[in-house]
Amino acid sequence: MRYIRLVKDKSARQIMLGIAIFSLLLLLVIGLSLFLKALPIVKEKSLWVLLTSGNWKPFKGEFGFLPYILSTLYVSILAIIIALPLSMLTSIYLCTYASKSIRRIFEPVIDLLSGIPPVIYGVWGSLTIVPLIADKIAPHFVEFSSGYTVLAGGVVLAIMILPLLVSVLLEVFRALPKEMTEASLSMGATKWQTVKKVMLRRSVSGIIAAIVLSVSRAFGETIAVLMVCGNIPLVPHSLFDACYPLPALIANNYGEMLSMPSYESALMLGAFLLFIIIVIFNGISRLTLNQIEKRYSL
Amino acid sequence: MKNIGAASLSENRVSDYNEITLRKLPASHSISIRDLNVFIGNNHILNDINLTIPEKSITCIIGPSGCGKSTLLKTLNRMHDETPDVRIEGEVYVDDENIYGNNINVIDIRKKMGLLAQRPCPLPMSIFDNVAYGPRIHGLKKRKAINQTVIQYLQYVGLWDEVRERIRTSASSLSIGQQQRLCLARGLAIEPEYILGDEATSALDPISTRKIEEMFLKLKEKYTVILVTHTLRQAKRIADHIVFMYMGRIIESGPTEEFFNNPKDKLTKDYLSGSFS
Repeated sequence: MRYIRLVKDKSARQIMLGIAIFSLLLLLVIGLSLFLKALPIVKEKSLWVLLTSGNWKPFKGEFGFLPYILSTLYVSILAIIIALPLSMLTSIYLCTYASKSIRRIFEPVIDLLSGIPPVIYGVWGSLTIVPLIADKIAPHFVEFSSGYTVLAGGVVLAIMILPLLVSVLLEVFRALPKEMTEASLSMGATKWQTVKKVMLRRSVSGIIAAIVLSVSRAFGETIAVLMVCGNIPLVPHSLFDACYPLPALIANNYGEMLSMPSYESALMLGAFLLFIIIVIFNGISRLTLNQIEKRYSL
Repeated sequence: MKNIGAASLSENRVSDYNEITLRKLPASHSISIRDLNVFIGNNHILNDINLTIPEKSITCIIGPSGCGKSTLLKTLNRMHDETPDVRIEGEVYVDDENIYGNNINVIDIRKKMGLLAQRPCPLPMSIFDNVAYGPRIHGLKKRKAINQTVIQYLQYVGLWDEVRERIRTSASSLSIGQQQRLCLARGLAIEPEYILGDEATSALDPISTRKIEEMFLKLKEKYTVILVTHTLRQAKRIADHIVFMYMGRIIESGPTEEFFNNPKDKLTKDYLSGSFS
């Protein structure tokens, strides 16, 4: 009896180790297979040209990824710039100021928002945000804009990642020890002082983790952005230029790519680049998190 | 890297602040509780509490777990405001002012009460900033005055010599006993009139406990100290007055000696003899 227990424990451990290694391998396998598929185009042209050229003419055999890479970065960064302050204030309010009844209404709504399919955000964005930008906002800044722009992509993406950010941040703020906020309040600090000086300080690493999660999501978001960002392979020079992020490129051209071998390889390179961007981004943020945790010795 | 720490708080200046000047207390300086009832949800936690707490002395609230000791303490600095579902009836007069009356600013009430919690809870900042936190949130801006306050109260709790070299490092690096003294210094730095301790030594080792107890004895010369404790021996050692609570009621209260030597109520006798705890 005692013996069987030990065998079960040992084998459970081995099996779980195997599964953990498998999920790690998946990452490598995905990366490797994308890389192998992308290899022909990298051999044909130099990687430097592929990354820095702005010309995208598949039928002439020119594949410049710069517009796609920049579009992906611009739209995602814009989205986080818009969404972060809004989500911070929302979650701070819900966590510290809101009464129980308000929370009972808001929190399910936020969960619901994150469950809405991206295509609905896309349709809504192209029906409301795009005309709003084209008719009301863009004329103040540029002569003409179709509305299908970096700005539209950023706004729609911001709205999409907002519920995710809010719910993660709520978890982060709730994880704070209650004694800590009470210590601050008992000294006569207002709630806002407690938020600024204790809550946010203590939650820095959690906030960064929330940003990483939502930006990673933003990098990969395809359909909603595709529907509002214009899809023109040119480097965007302002918020009111059209753009063409990597996921949109892949999704739009996946069907026709089989006709030309170099085109297929180029799209695979696009996928690989997206993969690398996300890996690098996560790596950098992991390092920053470690630094912050060291500095505040949390 | 900012490393102002020990360097700018130079040694010759330190000696100037050795004498501690605590704030003058108002003429009327007492707490009296009248017909206090506290409900949390549908539970009647405190039942008809009537109590006057003598000034400049240590009052220990004792009783078995769940008798409402901590709840009573929390009514004194209105910390129940932060929890939903709490209903409070009755009056609590602090310095002749009903803190549950109209037109009361909670911040003013809390500023009068220095709270020492059960577990030391340093704020996520340096040792210096922890003590400076209170004065800063109440509007003290001058660097010199802040330095002075911090040194003064760290000295008062006997922590200054232990931490002067690392005053800019994170407070969580201190031992738990040091953390509790830091929290006391932090509470004193807002210049309260009352010290509230919620089982403030229950997480500490015997030596740190004795240090904190000695602090309380020193503090009662200038402050009114109200402690919740579950160790009878501690109450015996340091209290001037004892309040014994059971099931949300005050069963008996009085001067320490009389309370321990000549308890009147049968429940008190049973509790003191250890029949229940």
